[in-house]
Amino acid sequence: MNPNKNHFPEGDAFRRELNGRYRSATIGEVLFLSALLIAVISLTALLYNIVDGAFGYTAYEYKVDPSTITSKPLNELTQPELVEVLKANISKGAYNKLNNEQAMETRSQADLLSLVLERIIRIDTKAVWSLSDSLFHKTEIEAEVAEKYPDAKLEFRTWLTMNFITAPMSSRAEFAGARTAILGSLWLVGIAVLFALPIGVGAAVYLQEYAPKNLFTRIIQTNINNLAGVPSIVYGMLGLALFVRVLEPLTSGSIFGVTDSNGRTVFAAGLTMGVLVLPLIIINAQEAIKAVPDSLRQAAYGVGATRWQTIWHHVLPNSVAGILTGTILSISRAIGETAPLIVVGASTFITVDPDGLFSKFTALPIQIFNWTTRAQPEFHAIAASAIIVLMVLLLSLNATAILLRNRFQRRL
Amino acid sequence: MENNVEPEYAIVTNDLSIHYGSYTAVKGVNVKVEKQKITAIIGPSGCGKSTLLRSFNRMNDFVPNCRVTGELLLQGQNLYSKDVDPVEARRRIGMVFQKPNPFPKSIYENIAWGARINGFKGNMDELVEQSLRGAALWEEVKDLLQKSAYELSGGQQQRLCIARTIAIQPEIILMDEPASALDPISTLRIEELMQELKKNYTIIIVTHNMQQAARASDYTAMMMIDDQRSGGVIEFDDTKKIFTRPKDKRTEDYVTGRFG
Repeated sequence: MNPNKNHFPEGDAFRRELNGRYRSATIGEVLFLSALLIAVISLTALLYNIVDGAFGYTAYEYKVDPSTITSKPLNELTQPELVEVLKANISKGAYNKLNNEQAMETRSQADLLSLVLERIIRIDTKAVWSLSDSLFHKTEIEAEVAEKYPDAKLEFRTWLTMNFITAPMSSRAEFAGARTAILGSLWLVGIAVLFALPIGVGAAVYLQEYAPKNLFTRIIQTNINNLAGVPSIVYGMLGLALFVRVLEPLTSGSIFGVTDSNGRTVFAAGLTMGVLVLPLIIINAQEAIKAVPDSLRQAAYGVGATRWQTIWHHVLPNSVAGILTGTILSISRAIGETAPLIVVGASTFITVDPDGLFSKFTALPIQIFNWTTRAQPEFHAIAASAIIVLMVLLLSLNATAILLRNRFQRRL
Repeated sequence: MENNVEPEYAIVTNDLSIHYGSYTAVKGVNVKVEKQKITAIIGPSGCGKSTLLRSFNRMNDFVPNCRVTGELLLQGQNLYSKDVDPVEARRRIGMVFQKPNPFPKSIYENIAWGARINGFKGNMDELVEQSLRGAALWEEVKDLLQKSAYELSGGQQQRLCIARTIAIQPEIILMDEPASALDPISTLRIEELMQELKKNYTIIIVTHNMQQAARASDYTAMMMIDDQRSGGVIEFDDTKKIFTRPKDKRTEDYVTGRFG
């Protein structure tokens, strides 16, 4: 008989011991569940907080009563009538300026209406309420408005509108839009990717397929891994020193004959972003290349392929899904970065869209930061709207990454 | 001495040794592989069979620290001399691997790719058909040429890999346990195919399966490790002799199943 047998609990003792094991299992399960709940609650709170700010009641007054300029309700005015109203009520110089930007006859009714509101009637927002207040404390809000702002109108306003996305920057929150910032962000990301993707993939291919495994390459590898974790403000300092100052002739475009800019251009900032995401792209591409099975390389070498043919025809095509996924995830990081842009010199207030490498620019996170620091509550509302725009942009980028990965994986 | 090699030998090794750093994996191999015959390499696990096979077409160039000494003569030319490009060696000596490893491309492309990168100028459709017929696969796949090679069964994939190898017209085909991942019926088809292929090619096969070596090969090299854990060929002879009247006691023990 096995001498160890009587060291195991039997019968009731075994059942007691088993119950003890189940108890600790239950404790573990509860802990994991609460961790999950905390995560879900924090995310919900974040989402609630943003959405709460982007919609809600607003109390506003007209500086000029609409009835003094037209007899009809404003939003029933037709396009030619609105042109007439504009012509009659703003100075000739201002009218000509607007007409030069875009001929009045070709502007849409909505566009003209917002011009009338902005230039003539001039909305003056008195107070802004959050979505939750608007939903649950409607009577209190109405009472408060009636008491404090007897002349004000109370209206439920959706701050995130199509107009918000397409309108340029304005000093009045009611008319400000995020177009300049969205375009700035897209320019930045475009430049960053065009710069970092070829360099990153090239470096990854060299490290994985060519470089001998020795102390030197291990040091480089460790450095790349660490660079991926360097705080982004440090990249901002690098961008300022290198791209804005040292390479100013290039980044300001002066060697290409551009005269009206300094080094603080979208080009310099895009390059800074490129350097910022470079380690991420290298690491992701390395992982993707590593995932290509060695049997495939051997198959290619076995039929007399050179190293380059093996890489070009087999390794890269089979790692492209991973490389693209990594790149898009790096873009998501770049699009949300604020600190390096502040250092490199993003403008906080420009109304001109970036139209080339050497233009001044702003970006969504900069715009959000700028709006949240303003005192007026209506700016906080448009900041919340801009956050939603940024998040939708991020989500769609990540969704694209997943779609691309699935698509390329199926081909394999 | 290079000119003294008799023409009926496809490969002659002269004291061929393979080292990983300071460790010698395979030591002092002297074999003469006859043309258009099947030569099997057998031996217990870890005795360096695959390492030796891979040294024949310089696949172990990719292993860090790997060093080869001695000579490997292919028609009198040492494949390890400085002026030989490993790509050329692999072009002349094809290889079929243990696990089927077709390219993740169409069946047609699997055959055509190797030919194309080696500068094939002839009729590609013809070459593909010829190679697939040569690997006894044409009848099964002739209507599926544009389908992915991954849709084939394991045995079919392995025959596709053989077709891919013969498409570049090598002189020698190395097979590293080509049937070990396959079921018995697929294994039988590969063995039948080898008998067909030896009409045109010299075949060297590493196998774990002694019945396979006995059934399919003309010559057998028996490998064994010595007390420094270096592998070496201890006996090389007619397959019949190896399996009926081996000279070495260790070979006898191994082929009769007393160990290994």
